[in-house]
Amino acid sequence: MLTRRTTLAALLALPLGPALAVPADPTHWPAIAAAARGQTVYWNAWAGETRINAYIAWAGREMERRFGVRVVHVKLSDTAEAVARVVAEKAAGTLSGGAVDLIWINGANFASMRRNGLLFGPWAERLPNFALTDPADHPEVRQDFTVPTDGYEAPWGRAQLVFFYDSATLPTPPRTVPALAAWAHAHPGRFTYPLPPDFLGTTFLKQLLLDLVADRGALYRPVQDATFAGYTAPLWAYLDDLRPVLWRKGRVFPANSAELRRLVADNETTIGFSFDPASAQAAIAAGELPASVRSFVLAGGTVGNVNFLAIPFNAAHRQGAMVLANFLLSPAAQARKQDPAVMGSATVLAVDKLPPADRALFDRIDLGPATPRPQQLGRLIPEPHPSWMGQLATAWAQRYTGT
Amino acid sequence: MLRLAPIVAVAVLAGPVLAGLAGVLLPAFGYLPALGGEGLSLLAWRQLVAQPGLAQSVAVSLASGLLVPLVALGIVFLFLAGGSGTRLFALIRGAMSPLLAVPHAAAAFGLAFLIAPSGLLARLASPWLTGWLRPPDLLIVQDPAGLAMMLGLVVKEVPFLLLMSLAALPQLRPQARLALAGSLGYRPVAAWFKTVAPGLYPLVRLPVFAAIAYASSVVDVALILGPSNPPTLSVAVLRWFNDPDLSYRFVASAGAVLQIGVTMAALALWWGGELLLAALGRAWLEGGGRGRIDHALAWCGQGAMLLAGSALLFGLVGLAVNSVAGFWRFPHLLPEHFTARHWLAAAPNLAGPLGTALLIAGLATVLSLAVVLAVLENETRGARRPGQAALWLLYLPLIVPQVAFLSGLAIGTGMLSLRPGFWLVVAGHVVFVLPYVFLSLSEPYRRLDPRWVMAARTLGAGPDRAFWTVRLPMLSTPCLTAAAVGMAVSIGQYLATQVLGAGRVATVTTEAVALASGGNRRVIGVWALAQAVLPALGFGVALLAPRLVWRQRRGMRSLG
Repeated sequence: MLTRRTTLAALLALPLGPALAVPADPTHWPAIAAAARGQTVYWNAWAGETRINAYIAWAGREMERRFGVRVVHVKLSDTAEAVARVVAEKAAGTLSGGAVDLIWINGANFASMRRNGLLFGPWAERLPNFALTDPADHPEVRQDFTVPTDGYEAPWGRAQLVFFYDSATLPTPPRTVPALAAWAHAHPGRFTYPLPPDFLGTTFLKQLLLDLVADRGALYRPVQDATFAGYTAPLWAYLDDLRPVLWRKGRVFPANSAELRRLVADNETTIGFSFDPASAQAAIAAGELPASVRSFVLAGGTVGNVNFLAIPFNAAHRQGAMVLANFLLSPAAQARKQDPAVMGSATVLAVDKLPPADRALFDRIDLGPATPRPQQLGRLIPEPHPSWMGQLATAWAQRYTGT
Repeated sequence: MLRLAPIVAVAVLAGPVLAGLAGVLLPAFGYLPALGGEGLSLLAWRQLVAQPGLAQSVAVSLASGLLVPLVALGIVFLFLAGGSGTRLFALIRGAMSPLLAVPHAAAAFGLAFLIAPSGLLARLASPWLTGWLRPPDLLIVQDPAGLAMMLGLVVKEVPFLLLMSLAALPQLRPQARLALAGSLGYRPVAAWFKTVAPGLYPLVRLPVFAAIAYASSVVDVALILGPSNPPTLSVAVLRWFNDPDLSYRFVASAGAVLQIGVTMAALALWWGGELLLAALGRAWLEGGGRGRIDHALAWCGQGAMLLAGSALLFGLVGLAVNSVAGFWRFPHLLPEHFTARHWLAAAPNLAGPLGTALLIAGLATVLSLAVVLAVLENETRGARRPGQAALWLLYLPLIVPQVAFLSGLAIGTGMLSLRPGFWLVVAGHVVFVLPYVFLSLSEPYRRLDPRWVMAARTLGAGPDRAFWTVRLPMLSTPCLTAAAVGMAVSIGQYLATQVLGAGRVATVTTEAVALASGGNRRVIGVWALAQAVLPALGFGVALLAPRLVWRQRRGMRSLG
């Protein structure tokens, strides 16, 4: 039977995308910028946060003003909607003039689209502003869950698993994985995690596994059926032990990061976590969370990654999409995005290597009390190979569904 | 010209329905070349059966499909039987249009915020009565058996079935029946159930079937109130469809076919129940019992109706307060401070999507109503009904899971090189609006006493004049009701709008659903209220217009 395992293992034998004529050669940037002028770029991006939508609207206004490119935010409730649209277009034989020009994407969605020949490229590393990143020191800008991006997506933002809690009721939060379990046993019903295969729920499983596994290196290789059970045994032991003291005794789980945050906001649970380090600060500003909420990361560091922008194989306005992706990588756009009052997503640029004027843009940002400082974020643990994600979610469902 | 109407209707629907269906069936059996499925196989079915929790998902969906319409119909009939003429009856009638207009997802959010351990009811009693300073760890919302979800669906189906019943009642002349039964010594509730209900049920049977289809396959309410691990079958199908691993699209399609089977099974079981009840009910009908617990039944009906209405109402109030709330935490009954910032932030983005939604809903409804009226008028003139097969075609869009159906539709329109956009969205909405207009209107239309038209004809009116001056005015209430239902259905469409408009046609619902995925209850409150405005207007017109137009015609206004 075809499992996530075999599909994802097949990723290793990636074809290099559709063998399509590439009318927009990214090496000739002036020609691209000229062709982009007057285009309307349909940017498909998740739209569940008003602050993200507002940032995208700002980027659209800047694009029109600076480059004469109109940007339309196609508001999605799930990135899968845009993936489904590209799949339907391929199935219908729409090989050019597709409706999606740019997708905000990463991880499993990227790997899957790439494998099925649904992406245009390579283009990303030839963007003028890609030179402002530092792939030598930060390989994650060209690696999406250990899978090389090969220039099929451009880095846009950085995310890392960050825990948050109400300091008014909890003076010192548990900072290690075993301490978290001990705390949960002392406070039954006040901790939970999103239901896998939700992205954040599976990320939590990966974090636990990274902390509990005997040989972390194995997680950066494709998962093997023969050894999966052995490597993950400590994880299941940990979760079995945790389950009876979870919120609702582990019979119900929040659906996603938004519901997890709402549980903390409603004071149902005490400790929450997010893949967006600025979300706690933004939620305080929005009146959702109390001002006493603070963030922390685990003592050994937490898992994190970079999210990207990709262009579908049949995009109608790929020059406009490239100019947009390039603008979004500019110091001005990245600095604005890092401001928690705007969007609060850490930059993918190598700030210390920017010219002083550009660096000053980043130094000016006020992160607020609930956002961890870069030095507090500690060591970023890279994402395991994507095959682990699907396999963990499948195994979790087999153990904990309907019991 | 009119004789072509059924052909036009079937032609309009057949293309999209068949494309949608092919989009479900072919991948379920392994065929979708875009994702490497080149041949037919049963692999997806084997994978589907191996999914953990599948049996429980199916059981919850089936139970919901049977219990929700049963309870909702019971409440409506008991209320009509015992409440007619009371003050509560008038109150509920007045309150119904805004309540029916509340979008399903908004009603579900409102109800969740009402009954959750951190919700309004718990806050009302905390901490002075319960001693709770934090929400208790109680499993109420998203219970594994789906009871909270079914409650939410009952609360939402009650106004729908009540409106359908009220639109159909006048032509039964219930007062005359009740008067006759009363003169024979039957108490009011027994008299209603023995003389009015047997006539009314056939008129609302199709709306009940729609409620069965809806309750067994609903997605949005199930996501908010329903079980999550495993979820209902419909939600499981959606999850597989949205899985980043595109090979799950095949499992999702097989699941969608199974979902069709579950909905059909619910309909078949209901139909069996009808036969059983008809057999058993006859003895009761003819037994001559005058109604011993009449008073208690009347009380039950009114109480349940009041409860359902208030659950919706207070859920809405909760959303409204959320939309202007600053920081607001358990156990505070009211926010610590109020703010207009959520409304001010939404305001610049409201007008455009509202106007687009209204325009699409208006066009889709007018088109649907015209087709349905033409089909029904042709049917009464030629006395020839379309075959059962054609009818099933009409209802297929209601029972096939939307996410699967629409992916087929998207591929089909792509093959025809139809550009996604406004007009394709309107056409797509017709596919979903037309069945509701048809099922709302067909029985009242068919059962209008033919002697009215006959009388008009003997007085020299041609068939067209009889239609325009006698039949249509007499059916104005059911027509307006059907139009209001159609408007509400159109405005509620999320996936159809997104898929057929390539995400470029922004309506109030596409904006609301996208923002709801962020889970901010304040933003949800703003958009849910904005989303309820348009259908509320539609139902308001449907309820008020006949009363204004017929203020000189008491016979046309008499209800229940």
